Amino acid sequence: MKNVGKQLIWQQYQKEIAEDHFFYVRSCIRQNFFPGAEATFLRILKDVLHKDVYDDPAHTTCTGIGYHTDIIPLETTMTVVARQFALMTEKGYKNFIPSCVTSFGLYLEILESWHNHPEVLNQIRKYLKEATGRTFELPENIVHASDIIYKFRREIASKAKYRLVNQQTGQPLRVVEHIGCHYAKMFPHKSVGGAEFPRVLSGIIEEWGGEVIDYPERRHCCGFGFRQYFIKANRGYTFSSVKKKFDSMHPYSPDLIVTNCPGCNVFLDKGQYVISEQEGIVYGANGYGIPVLTFEELAGLIVGFDPWDIGLQVHQVSVEPLLDKMGVWYEPEKKYRGKNNIPLGQPLQPTVLKTF
Amino acid sequence: MEAAIRLSALNFEVHLIEKSFILGGHVKNWHMLFPDLSSATQLVEQQKNQLRDSVNILLGIEVIRASYTNNKYTLYFSDGSSNTFDAIILTTGFKLFPAQRKEEYGYSIYSNVITSAELEEYFQTDKPLYTKEHRIAERIAFIHCVGSRDDKVGNRYCSKVCCVTAVKQAMETARRNPGAEIYLFYMDLRMFDRQFEDLYFQAQTQYGIRFIRGRLSEVSEKPDSRLFLKFEDTLLGKPLRLTTDMLVLMVGMEPAENTGQLARLFNVPVGNDKFLLPKNLHQYRNLTNQPGIFLAGCVSGPKTIGETLTDARSAALEVYNYLNRN
Repeated sequence: MKNVGKQLIWQQYQKEIAEDHFFYVRSCIRQNFFPGAEATFLRILKDVLHKDVYDDPAHTTCTGIGYHTDIIPLETTMTVVARQFALMTEKGYKNFIPSCVTSFGLYLEILESWHNHPEVLNQIRKYLKEATGRTFELPENIVHASDIIYKFRREIASKAKYRLVNQQTGQPLRVVEHIGCHYAKMFPHKSVGGAEFPRVLSGIIEEWGGEVIDYPERRHCCGFGFRQYFIKANRGYTFSSVKKKFDSMHPYSPDLIVTNCPGCNVFLDKGQYVISEQEGIVYGANGYGIPVLTFEELAGLIVGFDPWDIGLQVHQVSVEPLLDKMGVWYEPEKKYRGKNNIPLGQPLQPTVLKTF
Repeated sequence: MEAAIRLSALNFEVHLIEKSFILGGHVKNWHMLFPDLSSATQLVEQQKNQLRDSVNILLGIEVIRASYTNNKYTLYFSDGSSNTFDAIILTTGFKLFPAQRKEEYGYSIYSNVITSAELEEYFQTDKPLYTKEHRIAERIAFIHCVGSRDDKVGNRYCSKVCCVTAVKQAMETARRNPGAEIYLFYMDLRMFDRQFEDLYFQAQTQYGIRFIRGRLSEVSEKPDSRLFLKFEDTLLGKPLRLTTDMLVLMVGMEPAENTGQLARLFNVPVGNDKFLLPKNLHQYRNLTNQPGIFLAGCVSGPKTIGETLTDARSAALEVYNYLNRN
C-alpha cells in the first residue's frame, strides 16, 4: 500500500474549518450512550484549546433519525433545523458544529437543498416565524466535531500526556478508523479526505502516534442503517454487517477502533457482545473485545483526562487492555463510582466476552 | 504524422509541431495492435519512415498564441519563434484517463492495481505477469470503462478502444500466464469493428477468459497484498466478491491537456465531452467553423488507430481542397 496515492486524494478534499467561536449541537445517540464523549469534547475545546464554544440547552434533536426512517416530513425536519440555526443566530455565532454525523449530513443536505431551491428556504423561514417567531441566518462555517479535533490534532499532540504507542514494545498501536456513512459519502467535498479514503480520523491517529489499519471492509457500514436496526425484523442485517467488519479486521489484530459517528460507536462496541453471545466469537486478545472509542474520548485520553471522567466505563468492551498498552494511569476501583464516590452498581457479565 | 505524409506527398510545405520530444504519441508505448496483433513499434516506424525530408518536424514545442490576418495564421511558439501558415490541422490526440480519479479502485494506492497502458508497456518485456511481490499472477481481473461512460467522473462517452483492448490484453496475459483465471468485468461489449467479435470468441473458446457483465464498486487490499473486489453481477442481479492477484483498469480517453487552450486560440467550439467539435458530424468531420482550421484524429473524439489514420487522410484531402479552392 502506498500512502503517496492517498495523499494525492486527500489534497482534493480539504475544507475550511473555523478557528474559534463555535455553536455546538449535541447528538441524540452520543449523549445517551456515551455522554462523557460530548462533555470531553467541550472540555478539550474550552480548557485545552481555549476556544469559545456555546452548548445551548435549548436546542433539540435535528430529527435525523425520524427523517431517515420516514416518519417525519421533510418540511418539519427543515423547520427544526431552521430553529437550531435561529438559536445560533440569537447567540451571535456563525460557526456550527454538530456532534452527530447523521445530523452533519442532514444539515449539509438541507443547506444544499436551500441553495438550489431558495423558494423552499423562504417557505421554511415563514414556517419558523409562524411557529416560533424566530428568524435565522445560515451558518458561515459548518463542520463536524471530528473536523475540529482534526484541525487541532497537532496542538492536542503538543499537550499529550500519552501517545498511541504500546509502552511494552514501543510499537505504534494498530488502529481501525471507522467513519460514519453520512460524514463523507453524501458530500465528499464537505469532508476531510473524501469518501473513499477519509483523512479525518486517520490524520488524528497518525499524529498521535498510531498506525492506521486499512482492511478490506473498512468502508462497510457499521450496520445501523436506521431501518436495519429500528425495524426489529431487520436487525439480522445490522449484526451481519458488524460481524463482516470484525471478521475482515481481525487478521490485522487491531488494538483499538476509533469512530466519528455516535451510532457506529454503539454498534461496533455493543455489537461485539451480540456476536459473542450468538456466535461464541471474541475478536480481541485473551477473550476481551477490541476497545471502541469515539474521537473525543480518544482525545481526552491523549491529553490525560481520567478515563472514568471521560465515561469509558459505559462501554460494553472493556478499555483496560488499551489503557494498559498506552500506559494510562487509572484507578480500577473507581470505575463504577460516581463523581461523588457513590457506587453506581456493576453491570452483568456477558457469557462469552470477558470484561474487567 | 499521417496527414503530414499525405500533404507532403501532394507537394505542400508541411510543418509538424509536436509537444513532446518523440513522435508516435501513445502508440509508441503499445505492444501489439488489435485485432491482428501486429507490432505497434513497427507501425510507428513505418509512419516515421514515410515522413519526407520536406516535412519540417519541430519537437518539444507548443503553440502559445495565434493570429489570423489576410487568410493566414501566424503561430507563436513556446521557443519564441513564430511562423505563418495557410492551413492548420489540429491533431493533439488524447490523454489517458487518470485512474486515480476512480478513487474507489485504489490505483496508486494498492500496488497490484495497474492501468491497461502500464500492462501494455509491461508486455514489451515478454515475461509472465508477476505481482509487485514477485508472485506469478494466478487470478487477474480487467475492469472496462474506467473513466468512460461514467457520469460520476464527468465522462459520459464511450472511449471505443477499451473493450477490444481488454480482450486483446486478456488473451496475451493468458498466453504468458498459462492456467491463470482471467475475468473481464464489462457494462456492454462493444465489438463494433471487423474481426473484433472474432477476437472476443477466441478469448472465450481458446483462452477460457471469463466475461462478467457487472460493475466494480470498490477495491481493498488483503494482508497478503491480494486485492478484494466487490462488484455486482448485473446478469445475476447479485453483489459478489472476488479476490484477485492483480487488477487492470481499462482507462479511457480524455482530450489532451492543451485541447481547451487550442479551442480558445482558434475559436473552435468544444463539445460536452470536451473534445473539439467539427463543422458537421456527417459530411464535414474534419472541418471546423473557422477557415483554414481542420481536425484529425482523437482531437475530435476517441478513435481506433485505423480510424485515426483514415481521418488524417481525409483531413489532408480537405486541406488540399481548401488550398485549391480558387
